[in-house]
Amino acid sequence: MENAWIIPLFPLISFLFLLLFGRRLKENSGYVGMALTFLSLIYSLVVLFDRFNHPTYKAEATWLAIGDVQLTAGFEVNQLNALMLVIVSLVSFLVHTYSKGYMHGDDRFHIFYAYLGLFTFAMLGLVVSPNLLQTYIFWELVGVGSFLLIGFYFYKEEAKAAAKKAFIMTRIGDVGLLIGMILLFWQVGSFEYDAIFLAVEEGAISAGIITLTAILIFIGAVGKSGQFPLHTWLPDAMEGPTPVSALIHAATMVAAGVYLVAALFPLFTASETALMTVAVIGAFTAIFAASIGLVQTDIKRVLAYSTVSQLGYMMLALGSAGYVAGVFHLMTHAFFKALLFLAAGSVIHAVHTQNIEEMGGLWKKLRLTGPLFLIGTLAISGVPLFSGFFSKDEILIAAWTNGNPVLFWLAVIAAFFTAFYMFRLFFMVFTGQSRSEMKNVHESPKVMTVPMIVLGVLAVVAGYFNTPWFGTFLGDWLVEGNEALGHGHTEGPAWIMIVATLVSLLGIFLAWLMYGKKSLQRDWLSSRMPITYNMLYNKYYLDEFYALSVVKTTKGLSVLLSYIEAFVVEGIVKGVAGIVHGLGKTGSKIQSGQVQAYGTVAFVGLAVLVVVYVLAGGYLK
Amino acid sequence: MSSVPVAAYLTLALILFCIGLYGALTKRNTVIVLISIELMLNAVNINLVAFSKFGMIPSITGQVFALFAIAVAAAEAAVGLAILIALYRNKKTVNIDEMNDLKS
Repeated sequence: MENAWIIPLFPLISFLFLLLFGRRLKENSGYVGMALTFLSLIYSLVVLFDRFNHPTYKAEATWLAIGDVQLTAGFEVNQLNALMLVIVSLVSFLVHTYSKGYMHGDDRFHIFYAYLGLFTFAMLGLVVSPNLLQTYIFWELVGVGSFLLIGFYFYKEEAKAAAKKAFIMTRIGDVGLLIGMILLFWQVGSFEYDAIFLAVEEGAISAGIITLTAILIFIGAVGKSGQFPLHTWLPDAMEGPTPVSALIHAATMVAAGVYLVAALFPLFTASETALMTVAVIGAFTAIFAASIGLVQTDIKRVLAYSTVSQLGYMMLALGSAGYVAGVFHLMTHAFFKALLFLAAGSVIHAVHTQNIEEMGGLWKKLRLTGPLFLIGTLAISGVPLFSGFFSKDEILIAAWTNGNPVLFWLAVIAAFFTAFYMFRLFFMVFTGQSRSEMKNVHESPKVMTVPMIVLGVLAVVAGYFNTPWFGTFLGDWLVEGNEALGHGHTEGPAWIMIVATLVSLLGIFLAWLMYGKKSLQRDWLSSRMPITYNMLYNKYYLDEFYALSVVKTTKGLSVLLSYIEAFVVEGIVKGVAGIVHGLGKTGSKIQSGQVQAYGTVAFVGLAVLVVVYVLAGGYLK
Repeated sequence: MSSVPVAAYLTLALILFCIGLYGALTKRNTVIVLISIELMLNAVNINLVAFSKFGMIPSITGQVFALFAIAVAAAEAAVGLAILIALYRNKKTVNIDEMNDLKS
């Protein structure tokens, strides 16, 4: 555990190495990336198992000393960090492997792997940071990695726009994080998590400031984790290559917001208002994004909205004081959502379209992808025995026992939506008529299917680490030695589990009626409520609203400011320069080189002096 | 001899100096300017001699100084004329308005 700092360095080496030699290695770059992330994975696993038997390890050194203030840099291996290390390095390794097949034949293959390495480095660095400042640095680095990878196909206008949008939207949240961070530093005098928690515990910070900083930091998480109202970048980010979507926009980076809230959980629990904000935003995002997901026709966009919705679930869990539930769902979601994205990538790889209207009947053609996609779908829908069932159940219990029935029912409805749209996706892609133009559809190569199988297994078994049936091993371990995080497991009424199961089965059944058996017309609902349908299809017109309000205002302001710049500022600058220039010109004209003129001036000057001297009384005084 | 007052000498020197100054500042011909400067110099010499005879402490030193000044002026005039001739060879003119090489 003492050497855990080396884990993020492997992908960094991969990044630097591929940057230097990638051009020569071409597609062999993939092996470099795979090997180095595999080392990270192995080491992460070692650290995780080490952490089971040992207490939290923390090492740091002074980085900067400014007066009395010491800024430190280092790393910390606590339960959450160890778990995140494994999740990130595992998904990263699998995506590295998968990309070997998916990106095959791309001209910028090695650059893709270099970017993946950079991103993995940043993400691993983020999860071992022991203080806010370091977290912030890696937080931004992760954003850069995301930006580069979304814009990987930079020759596509949409990809370029999406990359910029993602960067700017998350930046808006980051400003909140930065302000919150500075406020905390001002109050506590340290960026250290431990120092902050100690100050909160001792009541050294006033309640108002705690609430304010917690909410500001949560705004950072909102930006990164695609929560309402800053979620619009996430669906657009699907312009990136699909493995990137799986790694960054499903399993790791978007979970960074949830991780941040979890890492600062004691700060949030100190303020009722902050927790409430987190819970309300989470629940609202969950149902809001799920409702949009109902009608989207792009396979990756449906998954993107489901990611937003599931992240909302995690936030709801954390906001309902369900630390374990949130982190647990973060883990299971990372597995099944990465699986779903990789499977979707496999489908796209096979049929070369992302529009689900143009797919169908792929079950027989994609013998491996189909069942794996089904596993992911069952897991996310919360069907019993799959991992999503257990984690979602934990969240619902947390929402219920925390005493807010409205949020609880919102979450239940969102679960129903989730089951419906996920199976709508499944039925439309894999069942029904196969399209004639898709004759030469073939299963993806092994290098792509094997990672999916690994994730498929995990998507099933990951739930059993923490079940009310066999023991809440994961939960107990996560909160061990830290009462501020709550209990490992909260007992809830048994009917919650039944309701959750029924709701998801109902959603699946409805989807089957409409898209599987087709006994219900597909436009049965949309034709009855065209306004609602249009609103959902256009994502509540939120993008248009932003374009009209924020973007227009900003642009108008920018134009105004550019005029001020051009005329007022520039005018002053030019005026000053002009005056000096004119003075110089006049001065140089006086210096004509005519010695006689100089002499005359000198004489006249002397005469004037004498006259003044005499008139003033002269030497007689 | 003593009937001539010191003021007359000084007035003569003043007139001579003013003529020299006027010539030095207004004439366009460089040779004339040089001559005018000589005039101013000699006005000073007259002053020196006058004060050595009628000053507060009359002393022969003043006249010796005047002789020195005349000797130096002769040398200076030689050098000045040499420079003028060199300039003339370069510029083919003695017009002082065109002697503005210090500018630029």
